[in-house]
Amino acid sequence: MLDITDLRVTIGGRDILGGVDLSLRQGQVHGLAGESGSGKTMTGLAVLGLLPHGARATGSIALEGRDLLGLRPKELNRVRGGEIAMVFQDPATSLHPMLTIGRQLTEHMRHHLGLGRSEARSRAVELLAKVRIPGPEEAFGRYPHQFSGGMRQRIAIAIALACSPKVLIADEPTTALDVTVQAGVLRLLRGLCDDLGLAVLLVTHDLGVMSAVADEVSVMKDGLVVESGPRGQVLRTPSHPYTRSLLDSLPEAHAVPGESGQQSAGDGETA
Amino acid sequence: MTDPDGPSGTATAVPEPPEKAAGTRGRRRALRHPLARFLLRRVLIAVLLAWGITVVTFVLTNLVPGDPATANLGQRALGDPAIVAQWRQDHGLDKPLPQQYLIHLGGMLQGDLGVSQQSHRPVSQDLAETVPATLELAGAAIVVSLILGVAFGVVAALRRDRLPDHVLRVLSLIGISVPTFWLALVAFYVFFYRLQITPGSGRIDPGLQAPPPVTGLATVDSALAGQWDVFASAVGHLLTPALVLALYTIGLLTRFTRSAVLEVLGQDYVRAARAKGLPGRVILFRYVLRSALVPIITVAGLAFGSLLSGTVLVEAIFAWPGVGQYAYKSATTLDLPAVMGVGLVVGGVYLVINLIVDVLYGVIDPRVRLQ
Ligand SMILES: Nc1ncnc2c1ncn2[C@@H]1O[C@H](COP(=O)(O)OP(=O)(O)OP(=O)(O)O)[C@@H](O)[C@H]1O
Ligand SMILES: [Mg+2]
Repeated sequence: MLDITDLRVTIGGRDILGGVDLSLRQGQVHGLAGESGSGKTMTGLAVLGLLPHGARATGSIALEGRDLLGLRPKELNRVRGGEIAMVFQDPATSLHPMLTIGRQLTEHMRHHLGLGRSEARSRAVELLAKVRIPGPEEAFGRYPHQFSGGMRQRIAIAIALACSPKVLIADEPTTALDVTVQAGVLRLLRGLCDDLGLAVLLVTHDLGVMSAVADEVSVMKDGLVVESGPRGQVLRTPSHPYTRSLLDSLPEAHAVPGESGQQSAGDGETA
Repeated sequence: MTDPDGPSGTATAVPEPPEKAAGTRGRRRALRHPLARFLLRRVLIAVLLAWGITVVTFVLTNLVPGDPATANLGQRALGDPAIVAQWRQDHGLDKPLPQQYLIHLGGMLQGDLGVSQQSHRPVSQDLAETVPATLELAGAAIVVSLILGVAFGVVAALRRDRLPDHVLRVLSLIGISVPTFWLALVAFYVFFYRLQITPGSGRIDPGLQAPPPVTGLATVDSALAGQWDVFASAVGHLLTPALVLALYTIGLLTRFTRSAVLEVLGQDYVRAARAKGLPGRVILFRYVLRSALVPIITVAGLAFGSLLSGTVLVEAIFAWPGVGQYAYKSATTLDLPAVMGVGLVVGGVYLVINLIVDVLYGVIDPRVRLQ
């Protein structure tokens, strides 16, 4: 679905990514782990062409065969939000504080899908219900500050899903949330992935989170993917010493991921 | 700026769970719309402040040393204590100050601001003629500086560290550092005396028939009357003094808008909007400018205060028959009723500007309005 090969990014002569290879498959969650500053966010931003000012990217990022790095701005804008969506790290700052939830949920639907006002509205309410926002009709007209952190993150996920993208990049979607809320958001992601056949890139530095939902796992260090493979293999028999040290630093309970495989998807929980 | 309800105070407001918000809203039925309640509160505060202004101008005016009787009666009359006492009684000056204030307040509520010792006409009549002239000048300067200042600031931010940014940086620095009175003199000398491309002093060319007064604004009145030659002349006369007056504010707003826009451009929600594939102009107007407007409005409100004080000098140099000239004349001749009247007008204008700024905060930012 999405194949990243030999992605290199430099900012002001400094190498941020030194040849990243990743591939996402439909209906699968691909976990991307690694310490702070290893280039996880940069990889996600590169896919959407949202690298910071002055960054240069080479290599290839192919979405169903089309190279995204070569797209013109207009075509890239159609891919953004429409085919590839992103959920950002901090739900407190990734929604505009002065625009209603409804506005932020519908504007790109109307732009990408050409929906009318009322169509977009009913779809938005549906989406809010899908991410389990209580009272979706009323929530539509409210502002971000009237929701809790967990709810805002679900709203951000609803916004990302609005145009039925094929790929969802979730950049540490749970780091800013407390543990109980985290579980709910992760189950939600897993469920959406199974139901809608999304390809998800789940960025996290938390191997516990990883072991709970990911199908495939990649580990990054210093702008390189040092290890990649099915979850069970990477987490139980890591081949790279860095992965092993990451695993060793985990509390006992997480270190041995359950064999059971599939998690129950989308159990309700309140934020 | 010092308003505790301003955006700086609410930016970190604790998020309120929606259930609770719904509960309080249901209880207060009468003024359910949050914006209406917000506006009402602001207007009440403004009325209170207006009353405060009347007290302050009254007290200040009475603190000024000098006896109004001396200023108004002739030498002979002053020699006779009975006449002086009679005059004081006639003008209510024999009563205690608080009572004088009440009489003054009562008169003011009926539009009576006393009689100017200079023009020997009611102060309210003098003000009715001079205030519109100043409103036209200052209003034009405010509109021009808002449009140009914000536009320049946005361009500078979007073209950061490139040629337009550098050029605008120099221009805004000039705008901020050149004194308004000097600029007014130079503009008048160069464009009127030397190049003769701008009309001279006053509001319209002397040969023209002034339009029937409706609003008191020469441009609007002449347009309403369909006198287009007068309209053209009024615009021509307005242009140079308004630009001179606006230059400082343009420079200031350019700088502030630039930094406000740059700050917002770095926000997560702008990147999130880009990730949604929205067109650039939607992101600029809906996402970036809306947030940037909050600090811009704060600065604009303050800048307009200094713009008003600039009108005194600009009016003097361009012989513009406005409040600034009137204030200058009445202050130098100790014409107390006139000074008091001008004080009220200026205080009232500040009040209105502050009210507009406060209301705009609420309109733009739901976190201010929904607390
Ligand atoms: N705007 C920028 N300009 C230059 N370098 C940057 C910029 N943003 C990030 N970097 C550098 O890029 C590298 C990768 O950063 P990135 O944000 O991708 O890390 P990360 O893996 O997401 O870390 P974290 O877990 O802390 O989010 C870091 O070394 C960082 O210093
Ligand atoms: Mg990151």
